[in-house]
Amino acid sequence: MSTLSPVNPDPAANAGPATGPDVPPQRPRPLSRANLVQTIAGGYVPLLLATLVVVLPLLWMVLSSFKQPGEIVTTDLKILPESVNLDNYRVAMTTVPFAQFFVNSLIVTTVGSTVKVILAILTAYALVFVRFPFKNAIFIIILVALMVPPQVSILPNYILIAGLGGKNTLWGIILPGLGTAFGTFLLRQHFLTLPGSILEAAEIDGAGHWRRLWQVVVPVSGPSIATVALVTVVSEWNDYIWPLIITDRPETMTLPVGLTLLQNSEGNGSGWGILMAGAVLVIVPILLVFAALQRYIVAGLTQGSVTG
Amino acid sequence: MTRQLTDRPAAAAGTVASDRRRGRWSARTRRDFIVFLALALPNLALIAVFTYLPLINNMYYSTLDWTLGSASATVVGFDNYINFFTSADAPKVLGTTAVFTLVTVGGSMVLGLLVALALNSEVRGTTFARSAVFAPYVLSGVGVGLVWLFIFDPGYGVLSWLLRGIGQQSPQWINDPQLSLVMVIVVYIWKNLGYCAVVYLAGLQSLPQDVMEAASLDGASGFRRFVSMAIPLLSPTTFFLLITTMLSSLQAFDLIRIMTPLGNGTSTLIYEAYLQAFGAFNRAGYSASISVVLFAILLVITVLQVRFVERKVHYS
Repeated sequence: MSTLSPVNPDPAANAGPATGPDVPPQRPRPLSRANLVQTIAGGYVPLLLATLVVVLPLLWMVLSSFKQPGEIVTTDLKILPESVNLDNYRVAMTTVPFAQFFVNSLIVTTVGSTVKVILAILTAYALVFVRFPFKNAIFIIILVALMVPPQVSILPNYILIAGLGGKNTLWGIILPGLGTAFGTFLLRQHFLTLPGSILEAAEIDGAGHWRRLWQVVVPVSGPSIATVALVTVVSEWNDYIWPLIITDRPETMTLPVGLTLLQNSEGNGSGWGILMAGAVLVIVPILLVFAALQRYIVAGLTQGSVTG
Repeated sequence: MTRQLTDRPAAAAGTVASDRRRGRWSARTRRDFIVFLALALPNLALIAVFTYLPLINNMYYSTLDWTLGSASATVVGFDNYINFFTSADAPKVLGTTAVFTLVTVGGSMVLGLLVALALNSEVRGTTFARSAVFAPYVLSGVGVGLVWLFIFDPGYGVLSWLLRGIGQQSPQWINDPQLSLVMVIVVYIWKNLGYCAVVYLAGLQSLPQDVMEAASLDGASGFRRFVSMAIPLLSPTTFFLLITTMLSSLQAFDLIRIMTPLGNGTSTLIYEAYLQAFGAFNRAGYSASISVVLFAILLVITVLQVRFVERKVHYS
């Protein structure tokens, strides 16, 4: 790893505290001060910079969500809020039915993700472990679906769902996204790596497909299923274009759509605190999930990048 | 994504079927047939209805002169396409799409590689920094868009305060078509560069260590090793990122919708298709024709990817 960066390969040297820049030029020895400075300049500074660029705007969002209009509508910047004041959250909740949006988002995410994960498990199991003549053709159909961007299907799906009476309903939001090419693909790739012997043993014991699926395949596939589940949860929670189009009444809006509604009613200077409170409510839940389980999420989202 | 598939024979599926009981072969086949359909059909049906059917319907709608919500439509053939490509909007929309895509793809890849280099250093805190840099990629585009809209606010935003500090007046980011495109591009890169960084980091860490060390012993400097060895060796990663980021840039919607709802200067193909159908005009047929154009572009990119990956696999 160290080959690309001019960094001291001895970790013990890096652990030391930062020393001042008053270093006399000398031959770079592994533990020399010059090398330490280089470590800090070449290693820490870019790292810190990259982290700050990401963290500061999010920190600003949280801080601003506690600020009163007077602290925002001012020419001299106040960094910290005067107090941890939840007024903005209260106003956001009363201007638009934010609690309702939150519940809607929870329902859509939970139901949508659960169904999608189950469908992905069932389809992937069938594609790998059940004998069927056209499995390769079916797999290619799923693979191509993976590449069809959902954005170009918006208008036809709107016409279809609205025609079925699904406008401003939660099922109308959930239904078109339920078919899952991503989850099926990812789980199929994982199931192919499972040793056939464990399934043969189960089969000899007289276990049918259903028992083999839930008692053998699923229990040994925890991390892959978690990856699919988490990536699905994140994308359902953040999904915007479809709920935006299929709902126009607050009762069935999800959080991102509700935030647009809030933006329309608070789109003046003094409303920024309220909008930041709304942004916190949509961003922080996913940030917490990501902080706790990021290993799976990163693996799922960057999947395919390195030849496996 | 296809890359993983090519090297794994699908027939190797660990099927536990055995030929031992030839007598019950056909009964078994029939049972498996039913089991397969019971397990896979719900998902396949949903994919057919909500992914494949819309592609066909879009093409059909694109031949209609049809107002969304109206009961009647007239078939006009290719008129919608002709109208779009001959309209004054077409060069603007296509130009905006090209600028947005090229700058966001180039920006997030170059910055992503630089961040990946920083993350690849052997100092403490890289794990946290890696998570932090990736985080915006998983956050709601709507939330992120609002946060940055506040930062860019000409009256009370942090940026206007910083600009005042150096004696500058904040420009009107939202009202100026060119500046609003700049603004959306900056935020899009901020949100997506973590993805490129993490993918590049994986690429950097899989570089052949012995080769890199040999170069180091031969006296190649860190910069030299990076330019003449790491970058060429990373070209498969670069190609993968080029395709995936291009596909997602062409589909970018959330940030554009929340930061510049009117699409003034930021109307890419996808946003124009949205505005035409669901904005003020409800021109469903016209919107469908723009969607078909977008789909054709995405299809070409995907085919290029598959072609290239196949060739690469054969070479290596």
